[in-house]
Amino acid sequence: MTTPAPIAASTESAPRLEAAAVPALSIDGISHAYGPRRALIDVSFTVQPASFTALLGLNGAGKSTLFSLITRLFGIQTGYVGIFGHDISQNPGEALRLLGVVFQPRTLDLDLSLTQNLLYHAALHGISRREAAARSAELLGRIGLADRAGNKVRDLSGGQMRRLEIARALLHRPRLLLLDEPTVGLDVKARADIISHVRQLVTEQGIGVLWATHLFDEITASDDLVVLHQGKVLAKGPVGRVIAEAGAQDVNSAFMRLTGAQTMPGGGA
Amino acid sequence: MSSITTRDATPRGFPLSAYMTCLTGIVWREGLRFLHQRERFVSALVRPLVWLFIFAAGFRQVLGISIIPPYETYILYEVYIAPGLMAMIQLFNGMQSSLSMVYDREMGNMRTLLVSPLPRWFLLFCKLLAGTAVSLLQVYAFLVIAWAWDITPPPLGYLTVLPALVLSGLMLGSLGMLISSGIKQLENFAGVMNFVIFPMFFASSALYPLWRVQEGSPYLYYVCQANPFTHAVELIRFALYGQINWISLAVVATCTIVFMIGAIYAYDPSRGLGRRGPAGGEG
Repeated sequence: MTTPAPIAASTESAPRLEAAAVPALSIDGISHAYGPRRALIDVSFTVQPASFTALLGLNGAGKSTLFSLITRLFGIQTGYVGIFGHDISQNPGEALRLLGVVFQPRTLDLDLSLTQNLLYHAALHGISRREAAARSAELLGRIGLADRAGNKVRDLSGGQMRRLEIARALLHRPRLLLLDEPTVGLDVKARADIISHVRQLVTEQGIGVLWATHLFDEITASDDLVVLHQGKVLAKGPVGRVIAEAGAQDVNSAFMRLTGAQTMPGGGA
Repeated sequence: MSSITTRDATPRGFPLSAYMTCLTGIVWREGLRFLHQRERFVSALVRPLVWLFIFAAGFRQVLGISIIPPYETYILYEVYIAPGLMAMIQLFNGMQSSLSMVYDREMGNMRTLLVSPLPRWFLLFCKLLAGTAVSLLQVYAFLVIAWAWDITPPPLGYLTVLPALVLSGLMLGSLGMLISSGIKQLENFAGVMNFVIFPMFFASSALYPLWRVQEGSPYLYYVCQANPFTHAVELIRFALYGQINWISLAVVATCTIVFMIGAIYAYDPSRGLGRRGPAGGEG
């Protein structure tokens, strides 16, 4: 693990698209319990279009539960999840078609080829075969895997698989992209590639991104930040403001102050 | 509620072609996966063939079969158990696809299916159809080998048995799906084999006609009569000879609907999955 690059509190956050009336993602008053254990408690925040929002939390903070609720794998017990104004409970079809997801565990068919994996995903979104083939070829070209299109996914490296999963998540042209700790298990170079690729999507295509992580060095000053700890949102807003309000110097120390944590191993929380 | 919860609900829906694309995509993927797992295909074929070549040969002299519908003459034991073995292929296939659903859920693959914007009942139905299509491949491969073993139903029977196989495949697949929704971990699946597959297979008309069971134990006879698998076997048996067993058809159709509704209900996010805890990945 590399030493995290500290982010100065004084850095101004980049200009944001304030004009957008409807947030890409609205989480409002979400609570969720597994029996007596409360995984999420009154969680509220928004992700704007063309913004990069980092969801920072330790393992067990509730990030994956939140992702399962947003993607409708779990039913919502209390609160509201909206994707561009579409209620995930009331109108899941419209909400899910605007959503692309990269889950933390790998979800590719290892014995199928890259193209076959993409075509299967396109079919799940009702995209015709011809259109799907064209989009797959284009996306594979963009992630630099065009020459591997017919290979089995099993033969790819971890970083290549992640890039393929991101390409797959973009196949149906979503406007909101969720990524659940997408760099786990990747080497430094692959991590940097993935992060810059996703940031490019934000600036060039105006996609709203929610990036769950426990690694401070993946967060930059221009991002929005949501700090999730033991199921509760401790702080949210532009990175600079969160750091300033916590009276800290950087994300790292802000997180420590907010959570009251004592030690911090490596670049992770 | 604050302003962030602005809801603009103008559903655009999906055209019929999108549903068809989705269905063909899911069937295509199951087919590809099946072709990649040659050992699964081989074992799916070897299992009934062992019963046919060894068990049936051994029991040929022990069990005399009288003339019972749909057969019009005395038949060899091999001929009698062939429809039961066809149903057995589908029973194993149904349970195996449910096993793969548990595996997919643990490994996360299930998520790619369930985050599709198409209605969830439709996705699960496609999954069932895909599993049934795979079982049809296995059954017809078995029929080809059985034909070489002198099990020769009327040529038209190969066609008339198809709808029966589709229905029985859907019934056994949806039963598997229903069971899979209740299995928390992969390890629990061995229990399903013992408590579902074997009792269903043995307490049925697959291996012996029910009148023979009745002679031995009237109670077991009633159990066999109540077993949906018995009716799947009889539906296939009659259809293979160009006939319809109406009672079996009614039972299999009803069970298919009940199991399917149960499975769709169990996979509804607001009831089933979210209650148990995070699936795959922590946090």
